Amino acid sequence: MKILSQIGSYALMIKGMFKRPENPKVYWKEFMHQCSDIGIRSLGIVSIISVFIGMVSTFQTAYQLTSPLLSKTVIAQIVRDTVILEFAPTLVCIVLAGVVGSKIASELGNMRVSEQIDALEIMGINTKTYLILPKIAAAILTIPILVIIAMVLGIYGGRLAGSMAGILSVETFDRGLQEGFVPFNVTFALIKAATFAFIISSIPSYYGYNVKGGALEIGRSSTSAVVISCILILLADYILAALLL
Amino acid sequence: MIEFKNLKKRFGEKIVLDGISHVMETGKTNLIIGASGSGKTVLQKCLVGLIEPDAGEIIYDGVSFTQMTSEEKKKLRQEVGMLFQGSALFDSKTVEENIRFPLDMFTKQSMADKIIRVNEVLERVNLSGTNRKFPSELSGGMKKRVGIARAIVLNPKYLFCDEPNSGLDPQTSMVIDQLIRDLTLEFNITTIINTHDMNSVMEIGDNILFLVDGKKEWYGNSEDIILSKNEKLNRFIFASQFLQDAKNMRMMQSGEGK
Repeated sequence: MKILSQIGSYALMIKGMFKRPENPKVYWKEFMHQCSDIGIRSLGIVSIISVFIGMVSTFQTAYQLTSPLLSKTVIAQIVRDTVILEFAPTLVCIVLAGVVGSKIASELGNMRVSEQIDALEIMGINTKTYLILPKIAAAILTIPILVIIAMVLGIYGGRLAGSMAGILSVETFDRGLQEGFVPFNVTFALIKAATFAFIISSIPSYYGYNVKGGALEIGRSSTSAVVISCILILLADYILAALLL
Repeated sequence: MIEFKNLKKRFGEKIVLDGISHVMETGKTNLIIGASGSGKTVLQKCLVGLIEPDAGEIIYDGVSFTQMTSEEKKKLRQEVGMLFQGSALFDSKTVEENIRFPLDMFTKQSMADKIIRVNEVLERVNLSGTNRKFPSELSGGMKKRVGIARAIVLNPKYLFCDEPNSGLDPQTSMVIDQLIRDLTLEFNITTIINTHDMNSVMEIGDNILFLVDGKKEWYGNSEDIILSKNEKLNRFIFASQFLQDAKNMRMMQSGEGK
């Protein structure tokens, strides 16, 4: 029963976001602020993770492909496809669920507990539209861009590790990258990224917006938001793969 | 003027407001007093529309608030200012941005005009020059005054204050009380204050509503309190021996003492 009531309340929150803004200029400013907060501030961690994921992928693929009959370009193909299809969108979004999700939940939770949300309501501002919509819109715009950056850096990391460790030359890696490339994989990764971005921003918003109590509850809601977001990302990953591949 | 009739609210089994009716007068400081859990905050939140009452009617200057559409309520709220117990300033914004926020949202004034207005209200609450400070850099009393400045920046007709003196020293409390009182008279605002502070009750209580267990137990002004024979009110107001002695002295002076 509690789960059903939470799903209903979440759906009402999403519906409640779509109201006419009181002053579009202020909303636009808030949207840009969120783009910077969610997108630019996550760039560092996304870059580091992506490069290392690509490097490790090259090592592990080379380690498993021991047959002399297989061309070394296969290593590059496998690294490319795993990075594009899974590592860049899913792994990066799971990390972002922790980084961005906990920030959104604790920010809104703190605003709720310190009556800042009530203050906005008293002013006659639709708080769901003002506080949540810009976060979701910014996440849907910036996270796919971060995923594209992660793809590029992941593949670059794999290429770098391959040449540094003497597994395969840069030329061989580049040739492998161009063999059997399916452009739909990128589209599929971007669909996943947009879906995960919605999850990463809306679930923590729901938990933060509805916090009751004090500092302890803010921490709890932040943890719940991250855990639920990660589970939903994995579930959505499975559903999208089953439907689109 | 804000009038409410037969206001009822319950949370589960607990009855928080039990059919309260009262009139909050314009140009006066209307105080809601009562012990913790007596329903003061819920009453105030019902009046501003943060909580929906189960029954009863709230009337703002002859217009029924309870029957308004959400759009009409939103419009009315632009005439309402509220000072929260913890000030509720936006942490990520400076003092100037906090006060300017309602102007940004609801007016089409130029930035220069908005800043002039922000400086006006900052001067009114004796905080000139704090424009660029963040809430974390302010003392409790300063935060309250910024909260008041934000609440009055749109020239509200109604001002709600939830425990304006909580966490403040007696001297700062008096400054805040006097400021609220002056603003009420200056702009002819209907001011409603929830308070535990007995000094406020005696100093600025034009119209006092005393709640006990969600019911209206007593009403009057600060002078009436001294002479009141209501036991519950006396127990609540004159809880300390010092205040009890002060009351006895006042009663003797007015010829009603033993």
